[in-house]
Amino acid sequence: MPISDYDPACLPDLLPLYYRKLFPFPQYYRWLSYGGVSKNYFQNREFSFTLKDDIYVRYQSFSTQNELEKEMQKTVPYKIDIGAVYSHRPSQHNTVKSGTFQALEKELVFDIDMTDYDDVRRCCSAADICSKCWTLMTIAIRILDRALREDFGFQHLLWVYSGRRGVHCWVCDDAARKLSVAARSAVAEYLSLVKGGEETVRKVVLSDPIHPFISHSLTVMERYFPQYAIVGQDILGSTESVDKVLSLLPEDIRKELTSFNQNEKNPIKRWERICALVDRKKSSSKKGGQYFDKEIMLQYCYPRLDVNVSKGVNHLLKSPFSVHPKTGRISVPIDLKELDTFDPFEVPTISLICEELEKPRADEGEEDEMKKENEQDAGERRRIRDYKRTSLAKYVKVLDRFLEAMARSRKGEMLRKSDHQKEF
Amino acid sequence: MQFSGRRKKLIGSSQNDLYDHCPQFYGQPPLENISLIEFETFAVERLKLLKAVENLGVSYVKNSEQYTRKLNAEFSRLNFPLRTELDDRRVQGGPSEYEKRRKDHISHFILRLAYCQTEDLRRWFIQQEMDLFRYRFGCLSSKHKTDFLHKNNLKYEMVSVEEKKNLRDKLINSSYGLSGITVEEYDFYKVPFQDALDLVRSRKVYLLAGIAYIPHQEIVTIVLNDYRTRLSKALAMTARSLPAVQSDERLQPILNHLSHAYVGQDYSIQKNIGKISLEQIDPLSGKSFPLCMRHLHKALRENHHLRHGGRMQYGLFLKGVGLTLEQALQFWRSEFIKGKVDADKFDKAYAYSIRHMFGKEGKRTDYTPYSCMKVILSNPPSQGDYHGCPFRHNDPELLKQKLQSYKISPIGINQILELVKGMHYQLACQKYFELTHSIEDAGFSLNHPNQYFMESQKLLGGGRDIKKEVEMSQRGQENVSNNSPNMPQPPQANSKPTHDEMGDLDSFFQDE
Repeated sequence: MPISDYDPACLPDLLPLYYRKLFPFPQYYRWLSYGGVSKNYFQNREFSFTLKDDIYVRYQSFSTQNELEKEMQKTVPYKIDIGAVYSHRPSQHNTVKSGTFQALEKELVFDIDMTDYDDVRRCCSAADICSKCWTLMTIAIRILDRALREDFGFQHLLWVYSGRRGVHCWVCDDAARKLSVAARSAVAEYLSLVKGGEETVRKVVLSDPIHPFISHSLTVMERYFPQYAIVGQDILGSTESVDKVLSLLPEDIRKELTSFNQNEKNPIKRWERICALVDRKKSSSKKGGQYFDKEIMLQYCYPRLDVNVSKGVNHLLKSPFSVHPKTGRISVPIDLKELDTFDPFEVPTISLICEELEKPRADEGEEDEMKKENEQDAGERRRIRDYKRTSLAKYVKVLDRFLEAMARSRKGEMLRKSDHQKEF
Repeated sequence: MQFSGRRKKLIGSSQNDLYDHCPQFYGQPPLENISLIEFETFAVERLKLLKAVENLGVSYVKNSEQYTRKLNAEFSRLNFPLRTELDDRRVQGGPSEYEKRRKDHISHFILRLAYCQTEDLRRWFIQQEMDLFRYRFGCLSSKHKTDFLHKNNLKYEMVSVEEKKNLRDKLINSSYGLSGITVEEYDFYKVPFQDALDLVRSRKVYLLAGIAYIPHQEIVTIVLNDYRTRLSKALAMTARSLPAVQSDERLQPILNHLSHAYVGQDYSIQKNIGKISLEQIDPLSGKSFPLCMRHLHKALRENHHLRHGGRMQYGLFLKGVGLTLEQALQFWRSEFIKGKVDADKFDKAYAYSIRHMFGKEGKRTDYTPYSCMKVILSNPPSQGDYHGCPFRHNDPELLKQKLQSYKISPIGINQILELVKGMHYQLACQKYFELTHSIEDAGFSLNHPNQYFMESQKLLGGGRDIKKEVEMSQRGQENVSNNSPNMPQPPQANSKPTHDEMGDLDSFFQDE
């Protein structure tokens, strides 16, 4: 992965600038306060910092946005993680009677990591990604976003690029934040279809009836699979990768395909043949319910999540807008409306945006912004203008829109409640 | 709950609301005064009911015809509510439905006090109460089920016919075993997904906007999980308030007795006294002793010694079997002398405690042979001990080896080990009885080591003629009784006990 201008050695110089002028503190604070509905929600939130030389500090907490800013500008963390909202201020957890300091709430989170797909992607491995395998993330986001919204009824989902090889999802609904450990693991398991590690060859097994969740996921999959897997990953091209696919099929189909493949080199035709054979087998078999072709699609493309990340209420996850020290990329929110054109290599690095700060840039609607800014303090004003001059701007807008939606939701909820109370 | 007096005071019809369904979650404690007699009686009867639930649940497939029939019989016999309608009809002069439900309510709360103290007790109590609840809830009609759920704040709506039609295919595809017809026929409930985690986790139900569409039969699982959670929390809370209750001297003995309760015969009154000779003990230990006593006897013979726990458990058992004090002294002395103990030391140290067992020294509170409950739950053995219940306290591998050495069939051993795995120790011992006596069904419900002995002797033709082995197995088949499996058989004295001699001893033991 080409890392153009960015040099990790520059981090110590760039980070202070980033935290002084670019990190969107107002939006960040607004997010984590959740409208101030719960008392001390922000104050009882745990943050953890990874400082220079890998020094890790937990149980950081702050009373105000200002305190958070000052601390971050002072300590200049290389990594920032967000944890749970506790029963007491995390920074004072040692003074609390043992057993009473507890994690109460946290967003429901998901972490999709490209390394988990190493057994099914041929273009890259480990921490590397490319535009070919990035499609896996697109598929993952589409499937999970639909399920979390339609099946579970969640509305406020923030998808974030992790900065290197994956994406995170923060489900911020009230109900989501209050979920128990058992509930979180149940949601994660509901969403899991690929099971098994190194020793398991066939990682997806489908049987009748096919749950609507699986049907929906297959619909998404079918849109992307031919281009991604057959063309892009060329899974039916070389002998080695064809064998891997064949290992997922029953003996009789395998035999037929091996001879068919000797004459047919076009991978698309090969895939069509597989589907046809599976279909034929299904209709002739009394047992029914054999979905080998769908299983192959799912094994190669279906999102692989780490249940352990989602399970724990006190689990710490990388914060949006933190910097990835190895790549320099900012962990930015992803606009789902432009998901298919999202390019991880276009995500701004810290060096890029610091550079952009130096150059003056024309801004649309700057006059309107000036009017709004008159109502805020000078420092903030400057900063708002600052990030807007950089490539970071559009990503902060995504967060803004997300926050607006949550605010509207809260207002609607309050109106509903007061209406309800007025009824006797 | 107030225990302020012996007066009985019934609160009027406001209680009717509380009791308008037969099953209940026992959310509210009873708020009346009851007498101590009612306190104890109610509790003991509920305990018997729960034990019946346990036994039947393991002996028969739940909800099979036999299970239902026998369990219904227990309900009638013990006067616990089962019928759906709350009315004041009295059946043959017995208690009314209302009175039965009141007893149900009160007895549950009393047993909470007795069973909240240890993990084992809680687990047992919760398991039986859940099975009881499942049974009663299952007896309700569809409409009553929904009513019950609503009344108990499980406001699960039913899916309308309209909606079911719209979601038909999705519903069919969400659960194994549902067809178009069943979807139409069955009731579906809308349950927030957080209340149906197990079904959601394994994708066994349809999920839409955070609501799980649960078919009728699955609703019980959800309700039960809810019940278990509530009961678990309640027991934890009860345990915390227990010290306050225990400080009431009237209640402490009752509660202690309940949690170690053995609700049958206590074998404190010795029949067959002097009918057993010491020479018979060795052969008897292999034929008619339960496994725990067989082990203790073997250990005594091998080591010429037993520690205190073993002496108590085995010594009292032998007393229940019919040994006189003189016989007991001779028995223990002759064995101990073979070991490291000389005659003098025996007379000084050990003889005293044996006389104690027979009520000849001082006054102690517990002289009765230990029941299975007591052996299983109290005083677990440590290194160098041989007492306790082998099914509970032995490592399963070791147990298996021992059973193999006693020539129990592999199938039989597996059956026993399965029961042990399910923590049904007394049933495992019962199975051991059945296997060693070559019968299918013990015909009694094992609760006491001396009961084991008596039943065995009965089968084998009486205490005297243990040599007639051939006839025994035949007679064994005939003797399989058709009494209710829950009632421990009263001991059949083969000869009239000499009451005059034992008069004072009898009254001595009545205190227990």
